[in-house]
Amino acid sequence: MTLNADTKIRMYEQMFRNRYFEASMTEVYMEGKRPKFDLAKGIFPGEYHVSAGQEPCAVGVIPHLRDDDWCGTGHRSHHVAIARGISGKGMTAEMLGKITGLCRGYGGHMHLFDKSKNFSTTGIVAEGMPMALGAALSYKMRGRDNVAAVFVGEGAANQGAFHETLNMAGLWRLPLITIIEDNSWGVSVSKKESTAVASNVTRAAGYNMPGVLVENNDPYLVYEAAQAAVGRAREGGGPTLIEVQTVRLEGHFTGDVEQYRPEEEKKGLPENDPIPRLRARLLNENTASDETLTALEDEVKKEVDSWIVFARESEYPRPEDALITPYE
Amino acid sequence: MLHSKKRNIIMADAGNRKLNMARAISEAIAQEMRRDDRVFCMGEDIRHVGGIWGHTAGLYDEFGAERIIDTPISETGFIGAGVGAAIEGMRPIVDLMFVDFFGVCMGQIYSAAAKTPYMSGGQVSVPMVINTAVGGSYGDAAQHSQCLYSTFAHLPGLKVVLPSNSHDAKGMMTSAIRDNSPVVFMLHKNCLGVPFLGIENRATVNVPREQYCVPLNKAGVVRAGTDVTIASMGICLYHSLDAAASLETDGISAEVVDIRSIAPLDRATIFNSVEKTGRLVVVDDDYRSYGVGAEIISSIVETDVGILKSSPQRVAYPDISVPFSPPMEQFALPNAEKVLAAVKTLF
Repeated sequence: MTLNADTKIRMYEQMFRNRYFEASMTEVYMEGKRPKFDLAKGIFPGEYHVSAGQEPCAVGVIPHLRDDDWCGTGHRSHHVAIARGISGKGMTAEMLGKITGLCRGYGGHMHLFDKSKNFSTTGIVAEGMPMALGAALSYKMRGRDNVAAVFVGEGAANQGAFHETLNMAGLWRLPLITIIEDNSWGVSVSKKESTAVASNVTRAAGYNMPGVLVENNDPYLVYEAAQAAVGRAREGGGPTLIEVQTVRLEGHFTGDVEQYRPEEEKKGLPENDPIPRLRARLLNENTASDETLTALEDEVKKEVDSWIVFARESEYPRPEDALITPYE
Repeated sequence: MLHSKKRNIIMADAGNRKLNMARAISEAIAQEMRRDDRVFCMGEDIRHVGGIWGHTAGLYDEFGAERIIDTPISETGFIGAGVGAAIEGMRPIVDLMFVDFFGVCMGQIYSAAAKTPYMSGGQVSVPMVINTAVGGSYGDAAQHSQCLYSTFAHLPGLKVVLPSNSHDAKGMMTSAIRDNSPVVFMLHKNCLGVPFLGIENRATVNVPREQYCVPLNKAGVVRAGTDVTIASMGICLYHSLDAAASLETDGISAEVVDIRSIAPLDRATIFNSVEKTGRLVVVDDDYRSYGVGAEIISSIVETDVGILKSSPQRVAYPDISVPFSPPMEQFALPNAEKVLAAVKTLF
């Protein structure tokens, strides 16, 4: 698979889909939460973490994965879910706790699962890494050429699970691709206040694997880095650590007023938005015309709108379904 | 005494201003930090946002980065560092925002903090407070809504407390910082008084400005009654009080006990109440099996089954993970109606 015009347009489409989806769901989320913000209120209660700005990390990696490859991520998961092609209706309905949701309402926004796409999330930082390692171990033991990809934030790189996982992946030469989405903030704590090294890719050397730094939130460069890493892993070449310098355009969770974030950084966020940047690039390099992209955007909006209508109109599970468990 | 058996938490009169639990706790910490320079705070997001629950708000401005330390997301490291610092002469308050996150670093809690004083034959002590928030009801689902009271209370060597109002929170925090054992200090999210969560207004009460201690081993009778004892804590205490008020109209006089300290458990206060009433319901929002209710009922039965006029009951969270979908979550949570129904089975 090469980075041709179709792939580039497809990447843009997924980025746009995620952004429009998250923005639309923010409006849904805020229903019942204005003027007084209360996590418990509205039809979409609990925490809501958007991935706006981090789309390149997902759309550059996922095209290299097959449906039966492991794809795990964390609490900030929508961009990965959408790039992975999980059911938009199912995801939206899950976020509203409906019976038609991916997990029939049991999981919610932070706990999205779609076994048909080998997609999973967790609400605990770095917790998905050892599981991805186990998936990779399973592939190696069964002689399969699958790979396991796991997405984490840069905050996860200071967790024990991160280091333990990478050590075993390096030791056993497992087909594990770890993608660090470095948005430079762990809730209110900046990367430079929390991390002993400027870039986590330097840590890869300690685990005997290549570390690849992707600067500037560039989806094309993510694509190329992932292509090499996935190709190597499928051929038995072992794990890779990729760190993407990305951006968190919003707060840690919706409602976070980010009083801790420097004003100058906040002001500069719009020009770091990867979506208008990629759009301009597609036009400049004559990959797509404005009309083509506008038509595509309109299609995507209609589709996403239909997800939300579907989710709103779906039924809730019965209250007593809470007691139904797979535990035997 | 601030914790006399007759004290009614709703009528708390000791002080002249209302303070929510989050502010009461930050005040307790600040006062103790002024008094004792060995006390410091360490944890995630405690500096700039004052802890996501606001219970460390203002501390950074007064005490600076030396004593209010924001950590990386490295729980095993910083919880364990709290243990080591405590052994080496400091009195750390280590903060981990959700009790659900303790799985990451449990070894440092149950092997290091809890066991080191015992294994060393008493040579070392671990004077450390571990702060965390518990509870759901606001849609945060399976990995951010647990209580896990008995998970910690089961482990010898740890004190585990859950204040139900801001007065007790301040006094118990002061006691916890001065205690020479590791204390797991649980804050119920529904009782903290933070504006972005569902709030139990009755948890926000008058709080004295000066320092005071509420002991870590005493339950309190918060409503006197003669026919049934309802033992509870945290948000469930308020469900119990609501049930008690409703029972009164049915001619049933319910005594409500605030457990407050889960470990060590004040068995005597609960026993004395049940001895008087002959009936017992224990209400908490942790998973039902192997829980606080089981422990309390066992301790009554072991001491004297003869005081019971009917079989004690538990109202607790069912043995399931916390579902996200609001109708399912609300179905599973304890509430006043469930307490009422449980009490009525006793007559």
